[in-house]
Amino acid sequence: MVKQVLAPLPGLFYRKPSPDAAPFKQEGDPVAAGETIGLIEAMKSFFPVEADVAGTLARFLAQDGDTVDADQAIAELE
Amino acid sequence: MAIKSLFIANRGEIAVRINKAAKALGIRTVQAASEADLDSLACRLADEVVVIGPPQAAKSYLDVEAIVQAIKASGADAVHPGYGFLSENPRFVSAVEAAGITFVGPDAATIAKMGDKAMARAEAVAAGVPVVPGSDGRIGDLADARRQAARIGYPVMIKASAGGGGRGIRIVEDEASLEKLVPQAMAEARASFGDDGLYMERYIQHARHIEVQVLGDGTDVVHLFERECSLQRKRQKVWEEAPAAMLPRSVRDALGASAVLLARRVNYRNAGTLEYLYDSKTQEFFFIEMNTRIQVEHPITEAITGIDVVQAQLRIAGGERLWFGQGDITQTGHAIEVRINAENPAKMFMPSPGLVATYSPPEGSNIRFDTLLFEGYRIVPYYDSLVGKLIVWAPDRRAAIVTLQTALNSLKVEGIHTTVPLHKALARDNDVGEGAFHTAWLESWMAGGALEASRF
Repeated sequence: MVKQVLAPLPGLFYRKPSPDAAPFKQEGDPVAAGETIGLIEAMKSFFPVEADVAGTLARFLAQDGDTVDADQAIAELE
Repeated sequence: MAIKSLFIANRGEIAVRINKAAKALGIRTVQAASEADLDSLACRLADEVVVIGPPQAAKSYLDVEAIVQAIKASGADAVHPGYGFLSENPRFVSAVEAAGITFVGPDAATIAKMGDKAMARAEAVAAGVPVVPGSDGRIGDLADARRQAARIGYPVMIKASAGGGGRGIRIVEDEASLEKLVPQAMAEARASFGDDGLYMERYIQHARHIEVQVLGDGTDVVHLFERECSLQRKRQKVWEEAPAAMLPRSVRDALGASAVLLARRVNYRNAGTLEYLYDSKTQEFFFIEMNTRIQVEHPITEAITGIDVVQAQLRIAGGERLWFGQGDITQTGHAIEVRINAENPAKMFMPSPGLVATYSPPEGSNIRFDTLLFEGYRIVPYYDSLVGKLIVWAPDRRAAIVTLQTALNSLKVEGIHTTVPLHKALARDNDVGEGAFHTAWLESWMAGGALEASRF
C-alpha cells in the first residue's frame, strides 16, 4: 500500500535540517510513524513534515528547495 | 541634491509606504521585486519595477551584488532600504556609497558602529547615557563579586563568560545568596566550558521596552518623543503605543534628552531609534541598542507629532538641513499600532499565506491602515507574515483603545487567518487597559489560556 506524506502548509520544502547537514531521510530508508522527513519554511519559520504511518520511503515527490502548496504530496511511503 | 529617482530595496507594506512618501515629494520610484512579488501592491504603485531575483530572500532582497547592480542599471540616484533585509548592512551601504548613489540612512561607518553592541554601549557610556549596569568584564573572586554586586545593585544576574544561550544564568537576590551561588556558578562554568569566568549585570524584572525616535541631519538632532513596545511575543512586537503614557513626565523628558545626546555624539543623519529597558520599580532607564533605519512602528510617532518620518528621511538624504527645532515639535493625544500578521492565533500562530478572498479596510476617523493587502492578492509564503499595521489616534489612551476596537471590528480579511482575534482580546483586557504590562506579560497571558477564554 502506498501512503503519501502531505505538506502541512505552503512554503519552501527542505530535505535537510540545515544547508550543511545530511538529509533527514534517503529513498529506501525506514520511517517511523511521527518521524520527520523534511521541513517547510513559511514566513521565516520552519515546520516539520511528519509521516503519519510507518513504512519505507519509496520516493520523494518534491525536491529540496521546491515551493509546495498545503496538502501537496511530498513523498510516498510503502 | 534633492532626490529625483528612488530605488526601493524592500517589499511588503513598507515598500508601499515608501512609494507613497516619495510620490508626495514628487520623486519617481523604482521598485525592486523578486519573481514572487510582481503582483504586489508596491509594484502596482511604483513608476518602474525591476526584477532582482527568485523568490528566496537570500537570492533577491538579501543579495547585495544583485541589488547594487539593479540600482546602477535603473539610473536611480538614491536607494531606500526600508527595514530588515539590507537596511543595516554596512557592506551594502559601502557598495551603494562607492557607486555614487545616495543611501537613505546614515553612512556605512555609523551603521557598523551602532550595529555593534559593545561599541554602541561604549558610545552611550561616553555620552553619559545610562546602560544596564554590569561588571564590564570578568569578576574575580568572591570578594570582588560582593563589591561589584553592591555597586551594580541587587538583584543581579550572573552568567558564565564562556556560556551562551542562557546556560548557567543565575538570578541573585541578595548578598547571602551571592555567597552561595558564585562558587556554584564558577564550578559549573569550569565543568561546562573549562573556564570559570563569570560576569554580572543588573537583573531587571518586569522591564518595559521604551524607545525614542530621533531625526538627525548629520549636525542637528531632534527627538520625536518615545514609544512603548512592551507587548511582545517571541521578541516580536505586536502592539505599540506613543507616548509611553505609564512613565512619569520627568522620565520621558530625560529619555528624549539622552537619545539626542547619544545621536548627536555620532553626528547622526537619518531617522533612528534608541531602544531602552525601563525598570518601573526604580524608575531607571538603560540604553540597549540603536536601530539606524525606519522602524515598523513609526506611524504612531507620526500620529502624535504630525511629522511624516519617511518623507523626512527622503528630504534629509536629499541634503536638507532639519527644518524645525526641538521646540517646534509637540505631541498631541495617544496613538496605538497593532500588527496584523497572516498567522492563526488559534493554532499556535501557524503562518497562513494564501488568497485574500475578501478585503475591506477599516473605516472611521483617526484610523490608518498601512498594508500590502488588496482583494484577490495571493500572500506568498517566502517572507515575514506582516500584512498590515492598524494605527489609531485619540485624545487620550482610553479613547484610543475604544477607537482600536471599532477599527478591528470593521476590518474584513477573509481567505487567510490573521492576528485580528488576538488584538480584539488584548483590547478588552484589564491589564492592557490599565497599561499594567511588561515585556514578558503577553507570553504569560497566552500561556494562561487568556486567548482561548476570550473567545467565549
